[in-house]
Amino acid sequence: MSLLSKIINTGVVTEKLDATSAPHRFRGAMRAGKQDCGACMACSETCPTGAIVIQNGRVQVNDKDCIFCGRCIERCEAQLIKNTGQYKLATLSGSLTETAGNELRKKIRRVLNRSMHIRHVDAGSCNACDFEMAALNNPIYDLQQYGIDFVPSPRHADLLMVTGVVTRNLTQALQMTYEATPTPKLVMAVGACAAGGRTFGDSYAIRGSVDKLVPVDIYVPGCPPRPQALLYGLLLALDRL
Amino acid sequence: MEQEKIWAGDLQAAAAKAYDNGRNSLVAMFANDERQIDGHFAIYCIFSLAQTPYFKILKAQLHESEPLEFPSVVPVTSAAAWYEREIHDLFGLKPIGHPDLRPLVLHENWPHDHHPLCKDFDIHTPVPTVSEEYKMEYVHGEGVFEVPVGPIHAGIIEPGHFRFSQAGENTIHLDAKLFFTHRGIEKAVEGLTIDKAFYQAERICGACTASHALSYSQAVESIAGAVISNRARYLRVIVAELERLHNHVGDIGNLCAGLGFAVGVSNGARLKEELMRLNELVTGNRFLRGLIVPGGAALDITTEIAHEISRMLRAIETDFIEVLDLLRENDAFLDRVNTTGILPRQAALDLSVVGVAARASGISKDMRRDVPYAAYQNMNFKVPVYTSGDVAARLWVRADETIQSIRILRQALAGLPSGTLRVEIPAIKPYSSGFGWSESPRGGNVHWLMIGEGNTIYRYFVRSASYANWPAVAVADPGNIIPDFPLINKSFELCYACIDR
Repeated sequence: MSLLSKIINTGVVTEKLDATSAPHRFRGAMRAGKQDCGACMACSETCPTGAIVIQNGRVQVNDKDCIFCGRCIERCEAQLIKNTGQYKLATLSGSLTETAGNELRKKIRRVLNRSMHIRHVDAGSCNACDFEMAALNNPIYDLQQYGIDFVPSPRHADLLMVTGVVTRNLTQALQMTYEATPTPKLVMAVGACAAGGRTFGDSYAIRGSVDKLVPVDIYVPGCPPRPQALLYGLLLALDRL
Repeated sequence: MEQEKIWAGDLQAAAAKAYDNGRNSLVAMFANDERQIDGHFAIYCIFSLAQTPYFKILKAQLHESEPLEFPSVVPVTSAAAWYEREIHDLFGLKPIGHPDLRPLVLHENWPHDHHPLCKDFDIHTPVPTVSEEYKMEYVHGEGVFEVPVGPIHAGIIEPGHFRFSQAGENTIHLDAKLFFTHRGIEKAVEGLTIDKAFYQAERICGACTASHALSYSQAVESIAGAVISNRARYLRVIVAELERLHNHVGDIGNLCAGLGFAVGVSNGARLKEELMRLNELVTGNRFLRGLIVPGGAALDITTEIAHEISRMLRAIETDFIEVLDLLRENDAFLDRVNTTGILPRQAALDLSVVGVAARASGISKDMRRDVPYAAYQNMNFKVPVYTSGDVAARLWVRADETIQSIRILRQALAGLPSGTLRVEIPAIKPYSSGFGWSESPRGGNVHWLMIGEGNTIYRYFVRSASYANWPAVAVADPGNIIPDFPLINKSFELCYACIDR
C-alpha cells in the first residue's frame, strides 16, 4: 500500500524539453568580444586544455576542447572573455553536414526520425558524461518520450554515444563496437574528452579524441554536457528542434 | 610528515613490522623515480596505525646500480598485490615473491620493456602496439564453465572485463581485467604547474570530483604550509557532503536496478536529479566542479544559496526516508539483499578495505572522524557500522550516512564563519613531498605529491577508495549466483575512472 501511495503522491515529474533553465552560476561557453584584445596571451597560456587561440588579435575559444572552468575569464587582462551560460553547443559533422549530400542526410533522418536506439561506449571517460547520459533515463528527462532509447547491444543501435578520451586500452573495444553497429549509423562524441581529446593533455595511455579513430557525426561539448545539452544534440541530429 | 628511510632489500621485514600482524593497515604503496635527485628509485609505503600518529611512511630506496627488484610485501599483506603489479608495470621494479605478476595497468597492447613512469620515458615516444594474450584466471574441472563479460557492458556503465568460473548457477571464482580507462594522468600532469594540474585531478572521476579536488588541494597546501581560511574549510565540507548526498541517494536507487525494483530505481533517480540541480546552483557544475581549489574556495556560498540548500535538504530528507521505508518493508527486496555478497570482516581487514565497504563489514573507519580535515573536527556526526558484510549492510550504511550528511550540512551552513575565500600558494622548495586525503562517498582518497622546480608536479600518485576496494568484490562474489553479481557490484559501487586514472 505504501508503495502505491508513494507512486500516486509523487505524481508525474517528467518535464518537456527546456522546461528548466541553467542556473546563474552555470558557466557555459566562453566568448570574447569582437574587438582587438591586445593579445596578452594570458588566456591561451592559462587554458588547461589549450582551447584558446588568438588570431589577428581576436580570441577564439574552441568549444570542443573547453571544460568551462573559467580560468581565462579570471586572467584576461582586457576583461573581454565572458561566460555565456550557453550549453546548446552541439555541432553536426560527417554524414549530417550539408556537404555530405541531401539524399543521405534525408535518408538517415527518415529512418531514425521517430525511433532511434543508442548504445553507449565508454572510451576512457571520468564517468561524469556517463552519469549524465544515464540521467536522460530518469523520470524527469524521460528520453523515451522522444522515441529515443538506450539498448544493450551495438547490434541493436543506430547511434553510438562515445564518452572519454580514447585510451590505448579501449581502442580495440571502440573499434569493434563501431564495426558491430549496423549501417546507417551515427556517432556522437560526448563531452570535452571525446570531442576535443585534450582534457588530460599528452599521455602514453591516450590516443586522443574519438574522431581520430572512428568518423563522428555529432559533437556535444561540455565537461560534462548537461542532460539538456545531450538532448539538444540528439534532436539536432534528427532535425527535430 | 616523518618518513622512515630503509634499503629496498629490507622492505618486506620493515613492512611486516609496520603492518603489525594486521593491527595496522596498508593505505598506499607506490614508486617514484628519484634517480635525478639522488640516484635512487624509491618505494613508498603508507600505513595507517591503530594509535596516533595515524600515518607511518616507509621510504625504501633502491640505487640505480642495483638489480631493479625488491622483496614483495604480498606475503605480509594481500593489500599490496595490486600496488606491486602497478609498480612493476610502470617502473619495471620487480617484486620478488609476488604470486601474480600479470600486467595490471598496461594491457597486452603494451611492450614489456617500456616503463612510462620512469623519468627517462618521454611521453612523445611512439610506443608500438603489441598483441599478446592476456591470461585470465579460471577454475579448471569437469562441468566448470567460464562466462566472459565486458569491457563494453549492457548498461550505461564503466568498462571492465570479468571472467566468471561457474559451477551451474554458482560463481566459484571471479577474475577481472580492469584499467581500461587508464589515462596515465599521473604522468600527464608531470611538469605542469600545480594550478594547471588541478583540473586533471578534479577530472579523475566524475562521481568523486569534490573528493579528488579536496585531496589534491590539501596535499598542495600541506606541502606549501599554506593555511586556508575557516570559511573555505566550511565551504569544502558543504561541497564534500553534497557529493556524498547525490552519490548515496543515486547509488541506493541504482542498487534497486540490480534486482529490477523499478519504483526504487525511479525514485532514486528522481531524488538524485534534484540534488544534481542543487549542485549546479551551488557550484555552476552538476558534479560540483569549480568550488574547491588549491588555496581555499573559488566560489562563495551566499545567504541566498544557503537558504536554497536548507530548503532542498528539508524536502529531500522526508522524501528519502519514505523511499527507504519502501525498501525496508518489501520482503521480495530484502530477500535479495540480505546475506548476498558477504565480505567477511577478516577479508576486509586483510585487503585494507576502506569506506562504505569496510563499515558494512564491521570496521569502524572514516577519515572524516579519524584524521579530520577541512572543518570536520567541528562537526558532530555518527559513523554507522554494520557487521553482516552483505549487500544489505552496504545499503544501510549508505542510508544512515545520507541522514548524517544532511546533519553535517545543516551544521556547516549554520556555523559558516566569515573569512577570505582563497590564499595564494607560496613558492615550494623543490622536491618536497606530502599527501592529502578525504573521505569520498566510497571511502578514503589519498593523493601524494612531490613538487619539482617552480611549483610544478614532479610525481603525483592517487590511491582512490575504489582502488583499495575492488579486490574485495572478487572475494565477496564467489558463492553467489551469477544474476546476483550486478547487485553485489552495485552495492560496492566502485568507480573505474577512480581505479584506472
